[in-house]
Amino acid sequence: MLCKRIIPCLDIKDGRVVKGINFINLIDAGSPVELASHYSKEGADELVFLDITASIEKRKTLVSLVNDIAKEIRIPFTVGGGISELNDIEALLKAGADKVSLNSSIVKNPGLISDAARQFGSQAIVAAIDIKFNGLEYKVYIKGGKEETPLSGLDWCKQAADLGAGEILLTSMDRDGTKEGYDNKFLKILTKSVTIPIIASGGAGKKEDFLDAFKIADVDACLAASLFHFNILPILELKNYLSKNNIEVRI
Amino acid sequence: MIAVIDYGAGNVASVANALTELQQEFKITSNEAEICIAQKIIFPGVGEASFAIRQLHMLNLFTVLRIVKKPILGICLGMQMMADFSKEGNVTCLGIFPVTAEKFDESKTKVPHMGWNDINIIKETKLFSGIKNGERFYFANSYYLPECPYTTSISNNVINFSASIEKDNYYGVQFHPEKSGDAGLKILKNFIDL
Repeated sequence: MLCKRIIPCLDIKDGRVVKGINFINLIDAGSPVELASHYSKEGADELVFLDITASIEKRKTLVSLVNDIAKEIRIPFTVGGGISELNDIEALLKAGADKVSLNSSIVKNPGLISDAARQFGSQAIVAAIDIKFNGLEYKVYIKGGKEETPLSGLDWCKQAADLGAGEILLTSMDRDGTKEGYDNKFLKILTKSVTIPIIASGGAGKKEDFLDAFKIADVDACLAASLFHFNILPILELKNYLSKNNIEVRI
Repeated sequence: MIAVIDYGAGNVASVANALTELQQEFKITSNEAEICIAQKIIFPGVGEASFAIRQLHMLNLFTVLRIVKKPILGICLGMQMMADFSKEGNVTCLGIFPVTAEKFDESKTKVPHMGWNDINIIKETKLFSGIKNGERFYFANSYYLPECPYTTSISNNVINFSASIEKDNYYGVQFHPEKSGDAGLKILKNFIDL
């Protein structure tokens, strides 16, 4: 049976892993290659690297970082952050990334999803979608959560799936950094609305939050950052807990 | 020397990294002559079947891959291309295994089938030497090869499918050994040691 996945997320800025709350107040959390190797040994099922560097040199440094990471670990990883062209996707996949996550660029150009899926396969294309509840509905945000779009969260997720995305990485901006648990209300509707795998992101604060997302929302994977970076919750401890609660995980 | 076939549709970097870790000499190539002088061949693959088959034709590799007599390991799409036919782009494949690559039923399961799944070894093979039954490997596939007389292990994703397949010098694994931690490395090592 296919296992539920636990995915540490590493935000990268200028070649270092950083962590902030609600996308701000960044603090240094270590070297990406070292952390990747550490998580791989600890039992992470996959890793996600999101580059939040904003510079012209970014692409070159990201490709070289992906090279270094791919040499070090033998588990799959996704890389994202400001990717907007097929050439960039090709360079990152060639350097050893298994998937790329696309966020702002596919909102502006949804055709990028289908083009990329056709060229590299759906399995390599992750639609990263940031949503926030405005009191009435879930809206899609882009540019690292700084810019609201007119898109409805659920509609955009469905469209991304229809266009050929292989997975959706759904981040609740309301929950991100709060440690109050994943947004299971939205996630539950989402997992019933699309047939591609869903990765829950934003809000994990304790073991029970992961169990709830798997049990209540039936997501395929849970992503977390600070919980793992600061070793508040070791991955093995989390997986043992999930296994005891009848969630199929790889231990 | 192992030839790792680069036909523009495979994630060769990951295979290369794994072989480097195993201290195995290899050459990434799309050259027929180099493939002919290698002792073994690894045929990786991610992406879309009809595109990949077209690339093989364009590089003039289709025939050589059909007739080689040395051990060849197809990974993921590489394995599916060893079938007769793929419904992904409706394309005629290498015709080593008498099966058709089918798509998982989206009304019954998540597609792609993505993540770590266990394998049930149903036939003894040197490729799985030292691998425990029920070991988990990393998969990322929307299409699969159904069980056939050459299936050596099966996995389940609502239905059973071939996790690995073997006939004479042709070996195929649906999962990614290069992305499956120590167990995956062990399988690559077993292939090297054949």
